[in-house]
Amino acid sequence: MSKVQLSQIAGIVAMLVGLMVLPNYLKYHHQDFLIFLTINILVVVSYRLMTLTGEWSLIHIVMMGVGAYTSALLSKNLGFPVWISMPMAGVGAGLIAALLCFPLFRMTQFYFLIGSFAVGEAIRLAWIFFVKPFGGSSGVSSIPPPELFAIDFMDPIPYFYLVLAVVTVCLVILYRIENSRIGLTLHAVHWKSSLSESVGVNTWKYRSLAFIVASVFVGIAGALKVHYLGNVTPHQFGVGTMVFVLIWVIVGGYNTFFGPVLGAIVLSILDESLRDLEEYRPAIYGALLIAAIMFMPKGLESVPPSIRAWFKAPATPPPG
Amino acid sequence: MALLEIKNVSKRFGGLAALSNVSFAVEQGEIRGLIGPNGAGKSTMFKNIAGFSQPSEGEIVFSGQTISGYRPHTIADLGIVRTFQETTLFQELTVFENALVGCHLQANTNIFSAVLGLDKHKQSRARDKALEVLEFMGLSQRIDQLASELPLGSQRSLAIAIALTSGPKLMLMDEPFAGMNPEETRQMMELTRKVNKSGVTIVLVEHDMKAVMGLCEYITVLNFGTLLTEGTPEEIRHNEAVIEAYLGGSRKH
Repeated sequence: MSKVQLSQIAGIVAMLVGLMVLPNYLKYHHQDFLIFLTINILVVVSYRLMTLTGEWSLIHIVMMGVGAYTSALLSKNLGFPVWISMPMAGVGAGLIAALLCFPLFRMTQFYFLIGSFAVGEAIRLAWIFFVKPFGGSSGVSSIPPPELFAIDFMDPIPYFYLVLAVVTVCLVILYRIENSRIGLTLHAVHWKSSLSESVGVNTWKYRSLAFIVASVFVGIAGALKVHYLGNVTPHQFGVGTMVFVLIWVIVGGYNTFFGPVLGAIVLSILDESLRDLEEYRPAIYGALLIAAIMFMPKGLESVPPSIRAWFKAPATPPPG
Repeated sequence: MALLEIKNVSKRFGGLAALSNVSFAVEQGEIRGLIGPNGAGKSTMFKNIAGFSQPSEGEIVFSGQTISGYRPHTIADLGIVRTFQETTLFQELTVFENALVGCHLQANTNIFSAVLGLDKHKQSRARDKALEVLEFMGLSQRIDQLASELPLGSQRSLAIAIALTSGPKLMLMDEPFAGMNPEETRQMMELTRKVNKSGVTIVLVEHDMKAVMGLCEYITVLNFGTLLTEGTPEEIRHNEAVIEAYLGGSRKH
């Protein structure tokens, strides 16, 4: 193992230890914030897997909802332990995604974007329309938290540890997928779909695979969210939330694995710290967004390498 | 039995017949030229063979198996690979990664093996294959360069390398000499012969008559979507109908 990899691993371990200590020094609502932020990181990273194929969807957050509803209904109505209903949330979202591949991947690009939005809204309307079992507009409430020995998962700190563990495992899996043969093929499908086909890549299959895997992981994220909140409504998964995901990914940058993570962290913290400004919040947020797109078109991920390059660059020789 | 048989293939776009009732056969080991004036249906024929579009009528048979109607990735799996007009590469990837993508049929894996690393052996064989082909195509000095940074000649070689890594029996080359200077053309002709000698049958669509006449032992001529004639370069050169097709029939009058 090379030195670079060792230092990277050391960095990640230090970060994890830091994150484990951190909530003990935070106020209650900051602990809450940390939980949702960690869940959102899984949301953006799984969305990135989808964007690797070049297709941007508007259904990602709805798939999160599919996971959330799956886990909520399995644990509340059918009495499944949360430890089983949570992975089932991933399976459920993955299955629905697999079915949706047939209509959705007849389209590409802009048509796919709009198609995914329409299908997502149809699913959301189904939650509102079918009061049994989805609870209509008010959704499902009193969803049980996970149970393990005497640990109180209603308390944010133990729940944060659970979220941290699950999200870390999911990120490792997603990272390995992206850096495997499959990741390379997804890139290839994006950059030159016809050339990929000519050497035997079933592009339909790979687009579907990316969508299904992204849905599995965002489904798990949905389950994590819902067992902490204790309720789930169709409004949590509207297109407004989806726009936030898009903004995080775009501002963070989607060319590297960590870009969207950076975007989600920085913008969430920013959003949180603007809380006191009340009605000015959207305006400031919007202005920052426009500034980010104008001055960092490649996203926040492009900032650390350019700083590094700036330090490493030899001093420019004096003219003449 | 011929390696590739085109049997009465027609392709219509609405009322326009891009190909009508074309039949020819390509033998194992050949370098076949497919020529004709602009709009003769050469590219349409290629698309039909490689599965990027389907013939309206007729049948395409490869190694005794009917392939018309199959999707491109299935046809690639059976051993037909095409290259594209102009330079079509994964510009954003390195030369090595380009070749690696070409190894798809060999390195194709499922998501569980990919995550758990169970396909290591397979992937390292794919890497060897990619390196071997890049070496064969004279690109081994450039493996870490981005494809977009290569000079034109090397980009064309890389396009052929990508096709070769998929392990084809038949390669369809769409205008590989377009825009090349005489020196680049000469090198590309050499490479094409080398690929052919390694056991790949080649069908070549090309406007550069020098290259076609120099490479092919047998040439098929299309005109207005129909088969005009077939023959050796010598026969084609002196064929009245071919001359007329290219010069617009001015000699008749």
